Amino acid sequence: MGARPKVAFFEFTSCEGCQLTVVDSLQTHPELLDAVEIVRFREAMSEKGDDYLIAFVEGSISRASDEAQLKQIRERAALVVALGTCAHLGGINTIRNRQELQSVRRYVYGDKADWYETYPARPLSAVVPIDAVIPGCPIDRGEFVAVVTALLQGRKPWLPDYPVCVECKLKENVCVYQRKQTCLGPITRAGCDAICPTYGDGCEGCRGLIPNPNLSSMKNVLAEHGMTADETLAKTTLFLTYQMMELEAGTDG
Amino acid sequence: MANPSFRVDVHHVTRVEGHGNIVVDVQNGELKQCDLEIVETPRFFEAMLKGRPYGEASHISSRICGICAVGHATASLRATEKALGVEPSEQTVLLRKLNFHGEMLDSHILHAYMLVAPDCLGVGSVIPLAKAAPDVVMRALRMKKLSGDLCAAICGRHTHPIAMTVGGFTHFPTTAQLQELRDRLVAMRSDVDATVELFQKLKLPAFERETEYIALHKDDEYCFIDGKLVSTDGGEWPIEKYRLVTNEFLVPHSTAKRTKNQRQSYMVGALARFNVNHAQLHPRAKEAARALNLAPKAVNPYLNTVAQVVEIVHCVEDAIELADRLIKTGLTWRAPVQPPKLSGEGTGACEVPRGTLFHNYVIQDGWISGANCIIPTGQNLANIEADMRSLVPTILDKGQSEITLALEMLVRAYDPCISCSTHLLEVRFE
Repeated sequence: MGARPKVAFFEFTSCEGCQLTVVDSLQTHPELLDAVEIVRFREAMSEKGDDYLIAFVEGSISRASDEAQLKQIRERAALVVALGTCAHLGGINTIRNRQELQSVRRYVYGDKADWYETYPARPLSAVVPIDAVIPGCPIDRGEFVAVVTALLQGRKPWLPDYPVCVECKLKENVCVYQRKQTCLGPITRAGCDAICPTYGDGCEGCRGLIPNPNLSSMKNVLAEHGMTADETLAKTTLFLTYQMMELEAGTDG
Repeated sequence: MANPSFRVDVHHVTRVEGHGNIVVDVQNGELKQCDLEIVETPRFFEAMLKGRPYGEASHISSRICGICAVGHATASLRATEKALGVEPSEQTVLLRKLNFHGEMLDSHILHAYMLVAPDCLGVGSVIPLAKAAPDVVMRALRMKKLSGDLCAAICGRHTHPIAMTVGGFTHFPTTAQLQELRDRLVAMRSDVDATVELFQKLKLPAFERETEYIALHKDDEYCFIDGKLVSTDGGEWPIEKYRLVTNEFLVPHSTAKRTKNQRQSYMVGALARFNVNHAQLHPRAKEAARALNLAPKAVNPYLNTVAQVVEIVHCVEDAIELADRLIKTGLTWRAPVQPPKLSGEGTGACEVPRGTLFHNYVIQDGWISGANCIIPTGQNLANIEADMRSLVPTILDKGQSEITLALEMLVRAYDPCISCSTHLLEVRFE
């Protein structure tokens, strides 16, 4: 066996919960440390290596000055992997994209708003090409291990293209709608083992839309279950703002 | 080096959560500049909460921080519940406390073992530590796993909790699950004892600077959720009056807001809790404090990690007692308490791993119309800088690398959570 492939972790606008989940995955898969050499993981180690094969990047890009660093990471790494919803889809940070930027800044920083640089939050793929994604807020430990394994074997990681409902049915959960709650399971990409419905809450769409989601049907279902237009908008813009705004702009192809 | 001149410039301090720089400028033996810059991107959570349905608030705000997600969710739920007049049941209160201990343990173990211990053992990080002392790292991972499993059984996962909601829970662990966790907690005592022994041996810098220590307090328990604000300088405030304590202000070199109360700065976190609430600690935790030579009022900020070790002992013991109570009464599936009204203002406060956390919401007809979150690390920033400015002149005769290490260790001792406070830290010596 040759030298272990070097991997590095980076983060932009995020809670660093996905990297924490990576640390947690070592509790059950300590053999990962034998398979790769971690050269950079600021949250956990002081060493800072600039030579790496795979870059795992958490967080969305929410200011112009972060773009240069991401581009540098892209140049250095053979593979760039978006780690979690913020990196994959802009995540929770994009909620504010529907508000006027200056009013958002003033609300938090008042008359000092101009001290702090920002722009509408966006996924990594809006700045550089991405080779693979690990969806979820936070990522799923099992999926992280599966994606790393695939990458190390030189394969393209596989992601489910069916909705969360499929996994939820396999778990024999009572449908969230039967419990008088609402759920985005029908339009959201599976792979989380339907963890939210399993713990009594509706899917919030953190893993992003399935290919060709039937949004109008989804909105009808939400309306039939008592949601107002405002509530439906809130529901579909918790994690999906960036994708929904792309669809509205007709740029999804 | 009679009159040294140098710059220390630590760009992106490692082994902390978020991005910060340390900048120190010494000219002819005189300290010209000593700043802790917070260079994390601004996150705008308060603006993102505004205009959302109240039921989403705890799920949005748990995303402030991957490490204290349960703490943010708990403070958020308490703010909403107070705004809407919701009284959670005793079962809900007990489950929330037990869940909270899971996160406190997870965070403290991560900080003490993986972020601080490598400095004291003279290795760069937890990766070489795993080679030098695999048993120590395996013990940390074992303890961390149990902490995470505790949260997972109650709320689905620690980052980011699912089953916690306004008025209660949407899912409950089985009694068998609770019993199993309880037995594992009891079995964890030997690992806890080994943790205390490990930190008895670790040498921390002997720097002292007295400051104001603030924590939530209750007379009848070591307080993590609700209570009232108490200061070691005297004075107590109801949670609703938090603004009288925090007095937020901005500085240009930080995207995180800072706070001050009766002095130019104050400290929150494990050491502040220990100084305010040591009388309420579990007897085994008091015993651990004695073994670790930690006595109130402790004024060495590096001892914050030692106070965390004392809290590890307390949380394990209290978690066992909480599990016993829940097993004895038996868990019942109960729908969350529905709010009697949909408008109002409320403030929730919790002692999360890094200190006192406040969420304040104004809710109108079920929609959040105003939000304010004050995060522990933001409250500690001014105090960390005051420590740095007091420490540097006393160690100017040391080499630049030693000064850098002392400052990095100081910042790390506070266990800063920079993405919380917007995201926090870089040390740059200039």
